[in-house]
Amino acid sequence: MVTIYIDGKPYQVDAGQNLLHICLSMGINLPYFCWHPAMGSVGACRQCAVKQFRDENDTRGRLVMACMTPAVEGLRISVQDPQAVEFRASIIEWLMENHPHDCPVCDEGGECHLQDMTVMTGHTYRHYRWKKRTFRNQNLGPFINHEMNRCIQCYRCVRFYRGFAGGRDFDAFSNHNTVYFGRKTDGVLESEFSGNLVEVCPTGVFTDKTFRKHYTRKWDLQTAPSVCVNCSLGCNTTPGERYGQLRRIRNRYNFNVNGYFLCDRGRYGYEFVNSDRRIRQARLRRNREAAFESVAPDEGLQRIKEIVKKSGRTIGIGSPRASLESNFALRTLVGPEHFFSGATVKDHELVTEAIKILRDIPSSMASLHEVETSDAALVLGEDVNNVAPMAAYALRQSVRCKPQAISQKLKISDWDDTAAREAVQDQKGPLYLATIADTRLDDMATRTFHASPQEIARLGFAVAHQISPTAPQPENLDSAALELSKMIAQDLKDAESPVVVSGCSLEEKSILYAAANVVQALRSIGKPARLFLTLPESNSLGLELLEPGSLNQAFAIAREDNVEAAIILENDLYRRSNPALLEAFFKSIPSVIVLDSLDNPTAQKADVLLPAATFAESDGTLVNNESRAQRYFQVFVPQDDIKESWVWLRAIGDALGQEEPGARKTFDGLIADMVKELPFLAPVQEISPASGFRIAGAKIPRQPHRYSGRTSMHANVSVHEPQPPQDPDSPLSFSMEGFLAEPPIEQPPASLIPEFWAPGWNSIQSLNKFQEEVSGPLIGGDPGKRIILPPDPEQAAYFDEIPEPFASRAGELLLAPLYAIYGSEELSIHTPGEAQLTPPLRLEINPRDAQQFNLTGETVLQVSVDSQVFELPLHISASIPEGTAGMICGLPEMPYVALPAWGKVTPKPVNSSTENPG
Amino acid sequence: MNKYILLRHRDIPNLKDLQIYQENGGFAAFRKIVTGLTPDQVMQEVKASGLRGRGGAGFPTGVKWSFLPTNLWPHYVVANADESEPGTFKDREILEENPYQFLEGLAIASYAVQANTSYVYLRGEFDPLAAGLDRCIAAMEAAGLLGDNLFGTSYSLRLHTHLGAGAYVCGEETALLESLEGRRGLPRLRPPFPAVVGLYGKPTVINNVETLTNLPPILENGATWYRTIGTEKSPGPKVFCLSGRVKQPGNYEMPLGTTFRKLIYEYGGGILDDRPIKAIMPAGASSALIPATEAVLDTPMDYEAVAQVGSPLGSASVIILDDTVRMDWLANKTAHFFSHESCGKCTPCREGTYWMAHLTDRIAAGKAEAQDVELLHDVTSQIQGKCFCALGEFSIMAVRSGIELFRADFDARAKRVES
Ligand SMILES: Cc1cc2nc3c(=O)[nH]c(=O)nc-3n(C[C@H](O)[C@H](O)[C@H](O)COP(=O)(O)O)c2cc1C
Ligand code: SF4
Ligand code: SF4
Ligand code: SF4
Ligand code: FES
Repeated sequence: MVTIYIDGKPYQVDAGQNLLHICLSMGINLPYFCWHPAMGSVGACRQCAVKQFRDENDTRGRLVMACMTPAVEGLRISVQDPQAVEFRASIIEWLMENHPHDCPVCDEGGECHLQDMTVMTGHTYRHYRWKKRTFRNQNLGPFINHEMNRCIQCYRCVRFYRGFAGGRDFDAFSNHNTVYFGRKTDGVLESEFSGNLVEVCPTGVFTDKTFRKHYTRKWDLQTAPSVCVNCSLGCNTTPGERYGQLRRIRNRYNFNVNGYFLCDRGRYGYEFVNSDRRIRQARLRRNREAAFESVAPDEGLQRIKEIVKKSGRTIGIGSPRASLESNFALRTLVGPEHFFSGATVKDHELVTEAIKILRDIPSSMASLHEVETSDAALVLGEDVNNVAPMAAYALRQSVRCKPQAISQKLKISDWDDTAAREAVQDQKGPLYLATIADTRLDDMATRTFHASPQEIARLGFAVAHQISPTAPQPENLDSAALELSKMIAQDLKDAESPVVVSGCSLEEKSILYAAANVVQALRSIGKPARLFLTLPESNSLGLELLEPGSLNQAFAIAREDNVEAAIILENDLYRRSNPALLEAFFKSIPSVIVLDSLDNPTAQKADVLLPAATFAESDGTLVNNESRAQRYFQVFVPQDDIKESWVWLRAIGDALGQEEPGARKTFDGLIADMVKELPFLAPVQEISPASGFRIAGAKIPRQPHRYSGRTSMHANVSVHEPQPPQDPDSPLSFSMEGFLAEPPIEQPPASLIPEFWAPGWNSIQSLNKFQEEVSGPLIGGDPGKRIILPPDPEQAAYFDEIPEPFASRAGELLLAPLYAIYGSEELSIHTPGEAQLTPPLRLEINPRDAQQFNLTGETVLQVSVDSQVFELPLHISASIPEGTAGMICGLPEMPYVALPAWGKVTPKPVNSSTENPG
Repeated sequence: MNKYILLRHRDIPNLKDLQIYQENGGFAAFRKIVTGLTPDQVMQEVKASGLRGRGGAGFPTGVKWSFLPTNLWPHYVVANADESEPGTFKDREILEENPYQFLEGLAIASYAVQANTSYVYLRGEFDPLAAGLDRCIAAMEAAGLLGDNLFGTSYSLRLHTHLGAGAYVCGEETALLESLEGRRGLPRLRPPFPAVVGLYGKPTVINNVETLTNLPPILENGATWYRTIGTEKSPGPKVFCLSGRVKQPGNYEMPLGTTFRKLIYEYGGGILDDRPIKAIMPAGASSALIPATEAVLDTPMDYEAVAQVGSPLGSASVIILDDTVRMDWLANKTAHFFSHESCGKCTPCREGTYWMAHLTDRIAAGKAEAQDVELLHDVTSQIQGKCFCALGEFSIMAVRSGIELFRADFDARAKRVES
């Protein structure tokens, strides 16, 4: 720590930190553009100028850029110095030379950093009187709108896209005042993090194209804290609504999880909420042949009551994409012994196993932030870019940690981005990727290893053994894998905070064991190694923590125990199980009750269908891959007869007279019951204040204080302003009234911040005001709490279920699952943009196997696997290991197959009569 | 007696032939130091000679070399052959006519800092010169003057040429390095200085072509001899590029400290049509204007004296302006040059030069209002001292000094607004 003087006042600050970071952290307003809290300084825009004085006698001083000046003992600067103030205003004037003066028609208006900074510097009068330069805009694909005339050449976009996100198809072109930021030619931006340009760009050059289709000003959006439902990482989001429609998703900062960024699947995957396929009314069928008829909710409930009453036994099938509360409500309704996991049998087993592993080493679980700051990483099995994209972003940053030693030795501060990168050049910290095939992270890898799931597990076991000889050793490892395992072991041992990233996507339990062994081995030699497991879905962990039975057990009970009714919660079982098994299951159950938000094949099987709310219309808790329970809140009240699933289930309980009167009628009560029954879930109760929480007696409004049109929004229906909906379940209100946050003086707990905003800071940069320190934790602690908590039990034994070496089979290939960021996930695919980017169905085969099977480029293949036959176009790919084949799973046209599985692959016979799937 | 030390080709025909260069003592110095002197001895000799960089800043060359840390390797030397300053054409003549003396100088510098790979960075328009240098480098390799284990020692050296895309800013040493590494030529912030974090993040010396061309004679004849030429603080010969309204423009090699008068009236033959001289720009388009008073004409052209009369000597590209030159016109020319050459990184230069170009257009066209001149001056004030690199600083020199020293030229073009 050193003492510096800002306008005569002493401050204790971190030595070497740059002055802009310091000023903003101290709450001093200083305008800036090219600096970004997650990307450091480059000194380009000259907006952050302050006056620096040699000593207390120096009255002249000189202008320096705050973002490029490190704090040293006794440093004296002035932010208010008239010359600095005048210069900062002139920078804005310059930036405005060519910037269009048409904020009212700009999508960024109202949340624009350039607007905020213009007001902050006080520049109002324009001296420049010439034509503005103009550019041609590009079509950058379905997500991002491009309006280059608004560019102020701060270089943030290109620094983010290339330097941080690793994209290649975007750059800065030309020079002087025609510098252009875009692609070489029009086309879809390739990076899965491209959406962050929208938040990184301080002006309206890059804006959200999906938002543009149903545009609303930021101040007219009703928002609530939320959590992404599109993968297991649980990135924090801020969705916004107007007129009953979900309009967009923005990042919500969480120091431990996603920091400043989101992936494009998460950012743009929201449009299913507005889909035509939404189930909006309760529906009934008289019998299985009859058509559905929409009915009033009460009629639906009445019917359910009849069914369940007369039923000897009702089973419940939960969901890895429904909230913990809804799953728990179902579990309570049907009884724990009749509650089954709605995940695939394999996922159920794998996640249950993952929970055991995490419970063995709770203190070693890595957060996403810890992955980002680890200095060596081994990835076992996961194609993170497609399965858990933000983990790929984190790993991309992690390789920069170790080489920081080089720049630090040269006394280059970590925030001095250009210099640090120059000193480091292309040196990278260790990152080993063991996956089935190529991934989009390969360019960062020290080494890649493409092999079958077994061999990936065996490599992991070998690494563990190399680290600690007491860890079991795989037999007959080939020499290349052995060498690689030694190299990996050495790098992990040399690291200060190594991380092992693994997960369930290859559906191979032994990979999890191998990953656990590596972490155990490292810990046994005193390394604080961490484990990061990606899981199948947004609440896979939450579901399995409730200890449901497996789907196969549900099927068996249905077959054998004359179950009368099944309640299926937010789940399309056709994505989870073999269709033949499902047909038999549905046949064996007289009454099927389905709660879901989108129509799907399972909903089509329902006898009673209840319209369930999506995440945007619900309160709930999701448990992410590191067991972090995170609360999301209703962004808006669902229309029609849509209700949160736990509300429906509670109503069913009521109808059955099952409920004890009182407690569980509220969300708080439901959670209290849950914690009472499953005490290890206690953190769920602590992640956000209960519904009765008030600040100064007031609720926290979901609508900004500038929300417009409230009195006229419904004027076509009635000129009387309707009473805003009440929210009995949370401390948030559906109105503008309530507590107006004035950070950092007074603000809601971080879990209840509906939108980051501070006086004078309308853009997302207002975040500075909510953090303890720039890019540090949120004031009062980041939202979310881990459920699996230390202390660690005694050191667990090593796993020794090492698989046999992979042996190819004559005439068969091992079909392994591949994933697509757009397409493999159930909900986001309903966004037109993501649907457009979904890859085609195909089977990927190694060229040598193709040759052996006499397959050539254009062939359509007949694939027999898991007693199903599909036709899939052949795709020859050198990165698929011999003896295996890759199949992108989860694509909407593909029925479920349990993979990995051996399959027979032949060219489609001419005049074949096999139906195409789907 | 030969007249030239740097432009020796003017004494010796066909000096650009390796054999002729060697017959005239070429590469003796390089051979001598590699086989007989330690790198440190070479550095000391160059320090003692007082040689100062000819690329503009006049920084002592030996001192610059000594900044390279000896615990970070490899080291690189980069010859700056970007020569883009309007009015500068000295490096070109050296590269075209006396390339081996330059390359020998580059080799000497490389040995002094123990670089095994060195580069010549040329502006894009110097394409033919690069081809010529490539032939010279090939000839040197064939003659055993480049390669591994030179002259039987353990020292190895390879040279490469690299063409930029033709941007003035790439003469600025850090932008040059960016360009050499394959990126857009944008300057880097210093510190870290290239001596520590330079090419590919390694310690790097960047020297001007002419600076390097001074090295063979220094190492051959010694520092004491070198100091007999020029002045105490600015020793040695210098190629002055004379252009503008003179009768005989061209390159003139003279000792530093020669007066303007001698250059303009003796070597340059005086002003065209014998008109009165109005002002001098000693450092090309980046100069402030120096009104050509009698005292100024008698000023010796060395780094200190010229700076005292109003502008750095820079690369000694002396542009002569007579009474036919309107300073508002001149300001307009330089403003356009710099607004075109601004790299686009920092706001004051990128936007400020553009604005200056517009304002001076309007003034030069006689369409300005009186307050436009003041506005122009204000714009220069906000650029001055606030840019990321020196290009931005250069951009206001002629404009600002023009307004301050020759205000009448500007006011005459600006419409009077009746008050
Ligand atoms: C905008 C700008 C342009 C420059 N152009 C050149 C150039 O064309 N050639 C050159 O040798 N130095 C040029 N320089 C100076 C170099 O940055 C550097 O100081 C010089 O090459 C060092 O060599 P020296 O020490 O031998 O003079 C330029 C500097 C600036 C700021
Ligand atoms: S497009 Fe946006 S982020 Fe990129 S340089 Fe321009 S203003 Fe900055
Ligand atoms: S990484 Fe996962 S949780 Fe995060 S934004 Fe993307 S899909 Fe959502
Ligand atoms: S001063 Fe001009 S040339 Fe230098 S960095 Fe700034 S914009 Fe680029
Ligand atoms: S923010 Fe400091 S120069 Fe841009």
